[in-house]
Amino acid sequence: MYRVRLWSVRHSRKMEWLYATFNPMVVKLLRGTVKVFGNKLDKPITAVEAAAKGFFFDCKMCGDCALSKTGMSCPMNCPKTIRNGPCGGVRENGHCEVKPEMRCVWVAAWDGASRMKDGDAIKNVNFAVDHRAKGTSSWLKMARDD
Amino acid sequence: MTDRAQFDEAGLNPGDPLPILPGHVSHGRFERVLRAGHFAISTEIAPPDSADPGEVLRRAALFDGHVDAINATDGSGANCHMSSLGVCALLTREGYSPIIQVSCRDRNRIAIQGDLLGAAALGVCSVLCLSGDDVSVGDHPEAKPVFDFDSVSLLQTVKTLRDESRFLSGRKLDLPPQLFMGASINPFAPPYANRVDQFAKKVAAGAEFVQSQYCFDIEMAREFMARARDLGLLEHCHVLMGVGVLASAKTAKWLKGAIPGVHIPDQIIRRLEQAEKPKAEGRAIAVELMQQLAEIKGMSGIHLMAYKQEEWVGDIVARSGVLQGRKPWAPSHLHHSKQTANA
Repeated sequence: MYRVRLWSVRHSRKMEWLYATFNPMVVKLLRGTVKVFGNKLDKPITAVEAAAKGFFFDCKMCGDCALSKTGMSCPMNCPKTIRNGPCGGVRENGHCEVKPEMRCVWVAAWDGASRMKDGDAIKNVNFAVDHRAKGTSSWLKMARDD
Repeated sequence: MTDRAQFDEAGLNPGDPLPILPGHVSHGRFERVLRAGHFAISTEIAPPDSADPGEVLRRAALFDGHVDAINATDGSGANCHMSSLGVCALLTREGYSPIIQVSCRDRNRIAIQGDLLGAAALGVCSVLCLSGDDVSVGDHPEAKPVFDFDSVSLLQTVKTLRDESRFLSGRKLDLPPQLFMGASINPFAPPYANRVDQFAKKVAAGAEFVQSQYCFDIEMAREFMARARDLGLLEHCHVLMGVGVLASAKTAKWLKGAIPGVHIPDQIIRRLEQAEKPKAEGRAIAVELMQQLAEIKGMSGIHLMAYKQEEWVGDIVARSGVLQGRKPWAPSHLHHSKQTANA
């Protein structure tokens, strides 16, 4: 939801804290789950992630979550899906050139990052997403990667 | 005065590659001009809505002796025209230094990597990596937008091909593309405070030169350059600030309203409104901006965009005096020196 998404960016510091606190727990829990159930619970877990991140960030389930590095503003909401933004077409009011009614995702990102403890992560270069991961869970990926 | 050192090595065929100088990455003349510390001029050629090669060469000839590089746009404004690669191939045959613009809107990583190899094989020495305008603003809004890359990951890709001599997949190249890598910047759009950070990301990804969106606000340009200097970015990357030629107050207002990211202060629009000859005033504004930008410490050149006023590029460059008497290479020079040699 657009309004909640803006709220999340305004409260990026709090969201960062929540993420830093709960993400390791979620990953730990999922690691256990994966050990016991294999991939049998992938679908419901992915659905929970999509619902939660969809509500707060309008998450597009790219499968390569960058929220903690982009000021809690999901870059996949950019009409050009730019992962290192913004582009040169931001309007004078800070809104998107393609969707004038929407605040530029990357104006929001730099704004959100400025409030975060590890906000400087936005300065790191991100490579293009792996399109095979679309629709898959970032949480499960973290649980399986370790 | 011509800079002879840059032309004498040209072979019989003007499209033959020059040797790569120590510390250089490309065979190109544009890189040579910048790395030699000359103040450079680049401009844009409007690719024709035509399959006529002669039209491309006629348009390029307007810039002869006035510019160091010619950007071949890649479906600018998401409108369909002759391809950037096609234009570049025609230009390199004549010895010009085209900059191939590559936008991420229309091609995925397979197509783009292939085109970069093709461009280098055809003698293209410089590339400008762009995200590109969205399809919705162009003449084919029903097209599928690709955006597999953004401008920064495109830069990383060129760097991988060139410096690691491999595709993104890891597969080795027999001969890497020797491309001088460029990107765009826009210090004149929000988020103003972070525009220099965005520039830094492009430099980190490999940009060796950048060209900016239209600059009509000299103060903003000064501030941006001061911050870029402080971050040490100008030691790694040449900045060519964009200058536009406005035909009238109406054009200025249209640009400001219709092209997001273009910032034109009201005083410029007033000047055009009050001018008896708005077109001449628009050129005078461009000349003044070029002179003021050339004064800024660390500025490497001007990217002059004179859409539909290309025939005035020579006049504007000459009046600005920013080349300080240096005459950029052009095919006619070569023909001239050959004739003299034969005589």
